[in-house]
Amino acid sequence: MVSRPFENLVQSGSVSGPPSGGDYALDRGFRYLAWASAALILALVAYIVIEIGSKALPAIAQYGLGFLTSSEWNVQTGQFGILPQIWGTLYSSLLALLLGGLFGIGIGIFLTQDFLPPRLAATFRTIIELLAAIPSVVFGLWGIYVLIPLLRPVANWLHEVAGGIPFFSTSLSGPGLAPAALVLAIMILPTVASISVDALRQIPYKVKEAAYGMGTTRWEAILKVMLPTASSGILAALVLGFGRALGETMALAMLIGNSNQISLSLFAPANTLAALLASSFPEAGPVEIQALMYAALALLTITLIVNAVGLAVMKLATRKFEVER
Amino acid sequence: MVMRILLAAAVSLAGMASLASAQTPTITPTPAGPVKLHGAGATFPAPLYQKWIEVYGKAQPAVQIDYDVVGSGEGVKRFLANTVDFGASDSAMSDEQINQAKAGATLVPATASILALAYNLPDVTGALKLSRAVYADIFLGKIRHWNDPRIQALNPDLKLPKQVITLVARQDGSGTTYAMSNHLSAVSEEWRKGPGTGTTINWPGVTMTARGNEGVAGRIKRSWGSFGYVEYGFAKRLGLPMIHLENKAGHYVEPSFERGQATLAANIDKIPANLRVFISDPDGEKAYPIISLSWLLLHGQYADQGKRDAIKSFVSWALADGQQLSEAEGYIPLPDAVATLARAAVDRVQ
Repeated sequence: MVSRPFENLVQSGSVSGPPSGGDYALDRGFRYLAWASAALILALVAYIVIEIGSKALPAIAQYGLGFLTSSEWNVQTGQFGILPQIWGTLYSSLLALLLGGLFGIGIGIFLTQDFLPPRLAATFRTIIELLAAIPSVVFGLWGIYVLIPLLRPVANWLHEVAGGIPFFSTSLSGPGLAPAALVLAIMILPTVASISVDALRQIPYKVKEAAYGMGTTRWEAILKVMLPTASSGILAALVLGFGRALGETMALAMLIGNSNQISLSLFAPANTLAALLASSFPEAGPVEIQALMYAALALLTITLIVNAVGLAVMKLATRKFEVER
Repeated sequence: MVMRILLAAAVSLAGMASLASAQTPTITPTPAGPVKLHGAGATFPAPLYQKWIEVYGKAQPAVQIDYDVVGSGEGVKRFLANTVDFGASDSAMSDEQINQAKAGATLVPATASILALAYNLPDVTGALKLSRAVYADIFLGKIRHWNDPRIQALNPDLKLPKQVITLVARQDGSGTTYAMSNHLSAVSEEWRKGPGTGTTINWPGVTMTARGNEGVAGRIKRSWGSFGYVEYGFAKRLGLPMIHLENKAGHYVEPSFERGQATLAANIDKIPANLRVFISDPDGEKAYPIISLSWLLLHGQYADQGKRDAIKSFVSWALADGQQLSEAEGYIPLPDAVATLARAAVDRVQ
């Protein structure tokens, strides 16, 4: 009995042969599908921009760029301007980014740089990601019924003793910039933290060992080796967090106070573009809808600019700190 | 809750029955077939209108009425765009708007109320008094803190906090805003020349905005140091403290239902033919200074006869027996003279 292992294998189909026509078709089909998916995203973005843009066109023609620099929103007289909303959007988002970014990166370092046993770190990561699952409106209610009463005595004390400083120049009556920014910071925390964790975990362990081998302390290793190496990922986390803060609507509409004024004070009520859209759309007449579409276009543009700048900075960081791949 | 509503309805129906025998209101033909009426407008009389619709609907099940609470500005817009069978506005309609109405417009005063200046200062107990000059200056943004010497001088017994006065105003176009700004224009020269009178105002001070009377009342309840104008019934329902205002005669008066009624009766003798009258600063020793009427807006002509009969029947009923429901809902019934004129206007609708 001669054993013919090769023939047996061929018959059982476990030796690769040349690809069949079906394989080619499948491969080509998948490639088209991938292309189509990518094209669909571009088409969708283009469609949204065109749709909003075309509806905003009458308002753009009528108000021009003055829309961005005037601060009155009066349906009755037909005067519309969104400077206070732009200011409020950027101010609240920057404050949120400052707080949420600092804490998010801190959490990223804490969970990846061997401060915790691995299993405990994994548990913490899950808990932080759970924060992202809380609906916006719950954050809003929490802000109204828990955060504002907690914040109010502190804010009013600050106003009494340091009212001369522009940041504390008003007292906090209830809704205002500070509670809104704090809630925003909590909302972007999971985004910033989980992406930072991923970025830091991607660094091969060898890198840290090499740093220690050069005689660095733990903090020198973290600040001078780990953070710069992960910088592009961390910047991506911040850009995404900022983007989320710019567009956040429900919680802000509940907490920011809908006040069309520009104030440096952290405790003054303000307004954001997204909150303006949310609160004005339901009952807007045709003229106001055009103005709101223009405002939506402005928000879209701000978000796009932020993302583009973020990408550019990321590229710079990659070139400076990471090996070209 | 359901029990209470049923009970209230039963009581009011009983009241209607006894009233119908006492005085005979102008009854237009009762609509025959099922009719749907759709209205939209002012938020301040909305609870009363909804009560009317409920009670009237029980007596006339063939007529189904919807009322969208969207604010006076939007109410007039929808009325002019002919998307509703009737509108409602606390600022009536301007001559220009009346001219735009293709089928004509009939303004029917339906109810009245007073505006309260409600505030939220948790540590301040006792009545807070404000003079005309002072509350005008607060609205103008010239007085910024509650412990301003001018406020303190009027209230020597109260310990006022050093909190910023945050005004809460209406975001939507509103007859309540119209009544408030109209009064401020009457009281303050500077206001008249500055922000003026309108259904939306560019408020000069630190101002939050909210939608509808209930939105403003709710915002005041949640915000310390806030201050805002809101229809009396809404402030009362939420238990908000209300400022005692100085009236034209120089007395400090607190808002109350009886005072509003007396003020209205004493000041409404001069009503023009188009039934549009704004009492920006009522006279009288005991008068409450900020008072507002609210109008139903009917088309001059209805193409659909069923709708016409139904709306005439409903509004005539509201102007007669419906007025008896006002007080329980916190509104001021119209004086008889005005109600009679209003019913005559309804009769002229074709």
